[in-house]
Amino acid sequence: MTERMISCSAAICEALTEEMARDEAIFIIGEDLVAHGGIFGQFRGLPERFPGRLIDTPISESCIVGAGLGAALTGMRPLVDMHFADFVTCAMDEIVNQTAKIRYMFGGQVKVPLVIWAPDGAGLSAAAHHSQSLESWFVHTPGLKVVVPSEPADVKGLLKAAIRDDDPVIFFQHKKLFAREGPVPEGEHIVPLGKAAVKRPGGSVTILTYGSGFYMSMEAANELAGMGIEAEVIDLRTLKPLDFGTIADSIKKTNRAVVVHEACLSGGFGAEVSARINSELFDYLDAPVLRVAAKDVPIPFSPRLENFVLPKAEDVISAVRQVVYR
Amino acid sequence: MKSSVSTREMRRLYRTMVTIRKFETLAGELFAAGKIPGFIHLSIGQEASSTGVCSVLRPDDYIATTHRGHGHVIAKGGDLKKMIAELIGRKTGYCKGKGGSMHIADFSLGILGANGVVGGGFPIIIGAGLSIKLRHTDQVAVCFFGDGASNRGTFHEAMNMASIWKLPILFVCENNCYASTTPTAYACSVNNIATRAAGYNFPGVTVDGNDLLAVREAAGRAVDRARRGEGPTLLENKTYRRRGHFEGDPQKYRTQAEVAEWEKNDPLLRFASVLKKKKLLTGEMEKEIREQVDCELKEAVAFAEQSEWPNPEDALEDMFVNP
Repeated sequence: MTERMISCSAAICEALTEEMARDEAIFIIGEDLVAHGGIFGQFRGLPERFPGRLIDTPISESCIVGAGLGAALTGMRPLVDMHFADFVTCAMDEIVNQTAKIRYMFGGQVKVPLVIWAPDGAGLSAAAHHSQSLESWFVHTPGLKVVVPSEPADVKGLLKAAIRDDDPVIFFQHKKLFAREGPVPEGEHIVPLGKAAVKRPGGSVTILTYGSGFYMSMEAANELAGMGIEAEVIDLRTLKPLDFGTIADSIKKTNRAVVVHEACLSGGFGAEVSARINSELFDYLDAPVLRVAAKDVPIPFSPRLENFVLPKAEDVISAVRQVVYR
Repeated sequence: MKSSVSTREMRRLYRTMVTIRKFETLAGELFAAGKIPGFIHLSIGQEASSTGVCSVLRPDDYIATTHRGHGHVIAKGGDLKKMIAELIGRKTGYCKGKGGSMHIADFSLGILGANGVVGGGFPIIIGAGLSIKLRHTDQVAVCFFGDGASNRGTFHEAMNMASIWKLPILFVCENNCYASTTPTAYACSVNNIATRAAGYNFPGVTVDGNDLLAVREAAGRAVDRARRGEGPTLLENKTYRRRGHFEGDPQKYRTQAEVAEWEKNDPLLRFASVLKKKKLLTGEMEKEIREQVDCELKEAVAFAEQSEWPNPEDALEDMFVNP
């Protein structure tokens, strides 16, 4: 297998090209798809390659998600493009009350092979309505699988897995990482849902992260290594179902954990991970579990304000130093 | 379609209406007896709408229904045993006791589900319509909803989308004069909800929703149009919700005189009298139909009551295909 470097954007396109060629039931629905190739150009080339299978919609988020859901219930395998993850608010009933619950409340009669693709994240001065990280809302909604990849290879492998899954998956992808490159295997490359990856081995502390937090954590880990602190960085990749086994194996070794995410602190996914570690691994801990997250305010516009609110590698370093007492 | 209703078909339609009326009456009794947990919404008085519309559908056509959806499920061919079992929370119910009255579905009959959210069916029916188009079949998708739902944003999104894509959809508004406890006359900007279709550039038709044959004829035309690929129709069946919004509703928002007035406009009595005038139904036949339905319902109740309760741990199943 050759080690090619491609971007997260190219990885999306490659995954979709391969999957759409494989299965005619797959189609993409959302705004600005055909002429523009997606609002970020993330689907460029697909409209020409798969005519009629990228469907432009009016700005009608409820019916965009509902259209995906209704099609999934009647034999298709849609990918819904949310345009910006922030706009899930306009389709919350379709995601939370309908998509997440239909299989369960109807007693398992039907499968719901639907992917809701939601570009999220801050750092682009896009301000409060175009910058949020909302994954924890959906972790708190039984019936959805929640995926937040970081590196291009995971984008490709997880997107392929999400499309093939018979359950609804909400797939968050950070806008600022679209251009980020990395090695991506060509052809069939599947990353199973619900599997975390140890991306940097280490024995001093476990850093649990996902999405943009992964890059922040790797940057921090490299600096910490200079201080003789070897952080084990785990990219959770799927938040639900959560691969707690991988987390536990690491913490049993390091006895310390820091959870890192870009979403704001209160009620964030870090709280869930921290609670589980405390209840299931308390005896292994030599320090309290710390969380690194954005401040609890809407994302502000001006770069200086935004930068202040978002977590950074230096925050990760400081949290790690607290738990290793150095 | 309109004039060529066979005698057998006429009697079958009457029987469906009787089944819905008796099912709903029975559900009310079971609820009053404390056998149905939660709350239920009955469609007594609206039988012509559910029966008339579903009578022009094929088994592979889709419907999305509402919290007041028992009649639609029955008219689309739903299994009475599984329905009663679901209403009383048993394992043999349509949804193994996970859904209850407001969440009955039968995907094998194209019933994409009742919905606890008013207006929740619109986006789903758009997906069903789009899927029909993408799969190049000639199925039709029907969305039942009430006057209240026509004020949701989802209604307007769906009407627009169905129109621009010419989806094979029939929107069926059962205007029963009340949205929960709020009179339609107060909450709607128009007298006839069907006129809203004009804003979306497709036909809107208002009919006497207690006249079975009028509903059937209008629905038949709309379904034929949809099957021909000519796009959606909004059909408004003017009817009346004779029971409260939910069983136990004190109904302070209306008078008994108003209810009594509508009882005279009963869709079953009206259709029976049409049949009798045409000599298609005798008192004897009517009695026989009622007895058959009673017997069927009695069996359904016995089946449901003899069925197992779900195990508590069953609550953890059926969430994912691949957990």
